[in-house]
Amino acid sequence: MKKIKEIVVLSGKGGTGKTSVAASFALIAGKDAIIADCDVDAANMHLVLKPNFAHSQVYCGGDVAVLNQDSCTLCGKCKEVCRFGAVDFSNGRYTIKDLDCEGCGYCSHVCPSGAITMVERKSGDLFISHIKNGSQMVHAKLSPGAENSGKLVAQVKTNAGRIAGEVGCEYVIADGAPGIGCPVASSLSGASLAVMVTEPTKSALHDLKRVLTVAKRFNVRPLCIINKYNINSDQTAVIKEFIEKEGITHLADIPFDSSFVKAMGQAKSIIEVDSKMKALLEETWGKVKEIAQTV
Amino acid sequence: MNSSKSCIKLAIASGKGGTGKTLLSTNLAALIAESQNVLLVDLDVEEPNDSIFFQGKLKAVLPQHKMIPEWDSEKCTLCGLCAKVCNFGAVVDLGTSISITPPLCHNCYACSELCPVDALPMVESHMGDINLFDNGKLTLLEGRLNTNEEHSVPLIEKVHKEVEKNYSHIKYQIFDSPPGTSCPVVAATSKCHYVILVTEPTPFGLNDLVMAVEMLKVYDKPMGVIINRDGAGNEKIEEFCEKEGVDMLGKIPYDMEIARAYSRGELLLGNGSYKAIISNIFNAIEKLHL
Repeated sequence: MKKIKEIVVLSGKGGTGKTSVAASFALIAGKDAIIADCDVDAANMHLVLKPNFAHSQVYCGGDVAVLNQDSCTLCGKCKEVCRFGAVDFSNGRYTIKDLDCEGCGYCSHVCPSGAITMVERKSGDLFISHIKNGSQMVHAKLSPGAENSGKLVAQVKTNAGRIAGEVGCEYVIADGAPGIGCPVASSLSGASLAVMVTEPTKSALHDLKRVLTVAKRFNVRPLCIINKYNINSDQTAVIKEFIEKEGITHLADIPFDSSFVKAMGQAKSIIEVDSKMKALLEETWGKVKEIAQTV
Repeated sequence: MNSSKSCIKLAIASGKGGTGKTLLSTNLAALIAESQNVLLVDLDVEEPNDSIFFQGKLKAVLPQHKMIPEWDSEKCTLCGLCAKVCNFGAVVDLGTSISITPPLCHNCYACSELCPVDALPMVESHMGDINLFDNGKLTLLEGRLNTNEEHSVPLIEKVHKEVEKNYSHIKYQIFDSPPGTSCPVVAATSKCHYVILVTEPTPFGLNDLVMAVEMLKVYDKPMGVIINRDGAGNEKIEEFCEKEGVDMLGKIPYDMEIARAYSRGELLLGNGSYKAIISNIFNAIEKLHL
């Protein structure tokens, strides 16, 4: 069997069009790709691809300390060692502040009476769905304010890879998170290619440079799409010069026009409302596939 | 809330990225700076962009460190306790040595302090910087995470501490926060008195706004909403805000000239009608009597 190719879509800056590009690739690839929404703390792919939430499982990202008042001897060691200010002492008793607990378990190790136990904390849900193009999608919802979204991203990707293997499809298309933090690192880990979607703004170029260093650290080859290239042609030229100098393959320039606004308003992919855009993105996905065969 | 409040800490956040947090933060700060001192704090430490919009002088770089364990092979007896107590897989017992993966470390000190022979002292590790820019009445503090770091929360907390230590005399403090709804946003917004969520009138904007509001309600944060790119869609953001009891603070129109100014790294205040939009938002904030 051929090795499954994982294509992750990233940008550094938010709002440059990652989801638009990833959803277009997903619809074009059809049954050739399993979709993984790795932007788990602001997931949007489901709005376009209309998954059926066929299968769901609880995601536990870590532990939380639970203190049994009956066994507590009020020695205060737990409060002493906690670096996160999660142990509170008031009205003559110690309590754990759930929201501040990091789940490290240090308190449970120093408690002389075994009053503190670590229990798994639910921090989200993971879904495996059928989507409107006949393929499948793995997506998730992180609980509000939860930690360890990188671990959830890893689970989304593992499931997507497993399904791709089971149904014999060659690609996993992963929509990534903005920034350079743990969910981004997790989505790059083990990926075949990173499609960087940028836009001609000074902010986007600054952010692109930073996420490129992360891709380099994970040894993932970056490719680049300049979205909304027509909003500032001078800045587009600056970006082109930069990516050429870096030896990054430039895949496509996508124009910004009213069809984008229309597609967004209807929660549709851009290729569903504009035939020229469809042709452009089909050609782009073709290039991605070709390059994926070489890595 | 804060009873001895001498300053007003406003967080600018959003669920979805790219909705206009930086646009609003920089312009609002610049507007306030026309009449009084203002502190702008860039807490989007993974991708800080505020400094692009100001020509101010970089006055200081404050290196920021976190504490991580370092293995002392001479002292170590290979008892394996450190690996057993690490709940994050950052310390692993390889049998003949102890391996430490700093990006996985949550800096809890358990391995270090529980080691019976002090073979894992905590040492400083550079995680990023706080950059201080001086721009007349506007002071910009920028948190900037090293690109080989994956956890932004420790740096965000350091920036908050720096603000509390040295800048509590400045009345208006604007905290440009990271996107999303997970731990970095909580770290950025939790010390603020009020959170302004910037959204856009699309199904995507609404979806992520709903999640952001849900998150802030867990922490009991008072909040308001600004609709950016108003006119580009017809999602029922206002209806949602009314239903949830969230303040509507204003709108920024869908306008290609605003997008172009932003793309060049320029503020909007040179244009009278754009300045009026930002002024109206500031007036709405003042009316909240925070």
